[in-house]
Amino acid sequence: MFDFAKHLKVFIIISVILCGLSIFGWIFWGLKPGLDFKGGSLMELKFDKKQGVSEIKEKLKPLNLGDLVVQPASETGMILKMKEADDAKHQEILKTLGNPQELRFTNIGPTISQELITKAWWAIILAVIFIALYIAWAFRKISRLFGAAESWRWGLGAIAALGHDILIMIGFFALLGFLKGVEIDTNFVTAILVVLGYSVNDTIVIYDRIRENLLFSKSNDLPFIVNKSLNEVIVRCLATTLTTITVILAVYLFGGESIKNFALAMMVGVATGAWSSLAVATPFILFGRKMAPGRKT
Amino acid sequence: MNRNRVWTIFVIILLLAFFCFLIDLPQAPKWIPGSKWFSKQRFHLGLDLRGGTELIYEAETKDIPSEEIEYAVAGARDVIERRVNVFGVSEPSIQTSKVGDQRRILVELPGIKNISEAIKMIGETPTLDFRELGEQTTSTAEWLYTGLTGKYLKSAIINFDPQTNEPEVSLEFDKDGTQLFGELTTKNVGKPIAIFLDNQLISAPTVREPITSGKAVITGKFTLVEARELASRLSAGALPLPIKLISQQNIGPSLGRESVKASLVAGLLGLLAVSLFMILFYRRLGLLSVAALSIYVLINLCLFKIIPVTLTLSGIAGFIISIGMAVDANVLIFERIREEKALGKIYAQAVRDGFLRAWSAIRDGNLTTLIVCLILYYFSTGMVKGFAVTLSLGVLTSMFCAITITRNLVEIASKK
Repeated sequence: MFDFAKHLKVFIIISVILCGLSIFGWIFWGLKPGLDFKGGSLMELKFDKKQGVSEIKEKLKPLNLGDLVVQPASETGMILKMKEADDAKHQEILKTLGNPQELRFTNIGPTISQELITKAWWAIILAVIFIALYIAWAFRKISRLFGAAESWRWGLGAIAALGHDILIMIGFFALLGFLKGVEIDTNFVTAILVVLGYSVNDTIVIYDRIRENLLFSKSNDLPFIVNKSLNEVIVRCLATTLTTITVILAVYLFGGESIKNFALAMMVGVATGAWSSLAVATPFILFGRKMAPGRKT
Repeated sequence: MNRNRVWTIFVIILLLAFFCFLIDLPQAPKWIPGSKWFSKQRFHLGLDLRGGTELIYEAETKDIPSEEIEYAVAGARDVIERRVNVFGVSEPSIQTSKVGDQRRILVELPGIKNISEAIKMIGETPTLDFRELGEQTTSTAEWLYTGLTGKYLKSAIINFDPQTNEPEVSLEFDKDGTQLFGELTTKNVGKPIAIFLDNQLISAPTVREPITSGKAVITGKFTLVEARELASRLSAGALPLPIKLISQQNIGPSLGRESVKASLVAGLLGLLAVSLFMILFYRRLGLLSVAALSIYVLINLCLFKIIPVTLTLSGIAGFIISIGMAVDANVLIFERIREEKALGKIYAQAVRDGFLRAWSAIRDGNLTTLIVCLILYYFSTGMVKGFAVTLSLGVLTSMFCAITITRNLVEIASKK
């Protein structure tokens, strides 16, 4: 039996450091908002032959497009990002560039982007609250046996793990934004939400087992019970995470360009979700005590 | 469990799987009874996979009394729908939505080629409405919205004033419009009624007598060309209120095709990798879970066709990811069976207890994902909604598969 209880302190220190770095990255680099969060236009074009970035910029200069960003995509493709362009401007650009094939054009006005940001925050906050409420309800037996404080401790443990996962996803994408200019969009928020719903699964599996062992064990030694539980379920936690990551990896590798960052965010989230169940949610139960909580009589 | 019952369930599962398989096939074999019906079931692809355009318009409602807004926005939707139908787009979708106190009109035009012309045509739709004079307060007259708008227009033709020979546009209202116009003119005899075109006052003739014929004339200082253009634009429909394009998204058809291909490859490889993992890890049980997982995929694809679910790129991603989550339940069950067996129970008992004891964690885990899907569905628009739908469908069927199909297969395999 691996002595998890002894190493949990190390795990939690690692997690605290990771969270600290994420907050640092979030504050200093920030998240690069994508098109849907800041408004503007994006065009993906396909030319007959390879085009130079500066060449295109030069051609479009007279149109006065403001901060024009031109990025090569695939072999003869180009992605153009600019401030909001209406359809007239859009047609003008196409004409200026010799009417290349247009793969997609998106134009998002400021009202829509502002609304998306507000909605994203609401969705995340609500998800965390509802998951916590559900856990408190699912583990209500705990409070019946050990008092309400114990049940809250478990609920808070799950929330702490979820907060940890969100922070690390944000930190990771702040880093990617800094290094490679990766932007976050609605898909990133979707990834956060799905990770919230999914990564709590491992926490549930571990908590489920600790509860069972608490109820049936004659021992009062809490670190022992937690340790026993972790050893019993760690393989299945790893297995479920691995199968899910495998599938997301397939989406990341073969699912196409437009969904790559979404898959990446999901992978990071699912992986940290498994880690945080072990390194954050579990120590939360143990934190500061050696004895199992006394039963109500 | 009774062996007969186990086998009965097994046969039902096989029939279900076969039924789903027939629906999933693009073309069912001819010898199957009802093959025509099976072949008729199609996947519904979203805009991002078929190619097309999504336009979001904001309706300007500030001049309209609040109780009339609902009606005016719905009228605008009808007019746009009429205009769009001229283009012969298959399955256009035009919806209204309310965001805060803003009214929006969402136009989806799948497979459209000439997007720019469509935008122009919708954008050029004139807004026409008739207003009456409010209570005369000070020197400035105030024009009030009456509810009689371009929505009620039947036709508009160019005419010439017999006296001055200047061009003018004659309007003819439809049945409801004729009645409204009759009421309006009856109420305002001796007073002017204003004609507002694109929110500009064009003319304000004084009503001499009630007009019940449903005909009106717009005179202004039109040139011949202007009058002709206005008449043809009004004939194609006039909006009850002004709209503004605030968001646009075009997706070319080739991008959609590539996305479908890429998702298919990703899905198949994902399924293959998970199957391999399960078989290597759980051997015989793993093999059974792969069979259950395949049935899971068949059922889900069939549901997409029957419900029908509009599949978007993110929706397909949601489905693929749900494959990875669906197998989780099997992992939890198999691990539990192993444990129960280690306690010295006989195999059949271990299987029974394994399913029983794994259930609470499976239920809790899947329900949290469902909660998130609900929130996602409520808060998102268009493309992300598809993800929420496919993922929640996946979660629900995966729970069903774990406790019926996997269980049945394990029970069948457990007795020689």
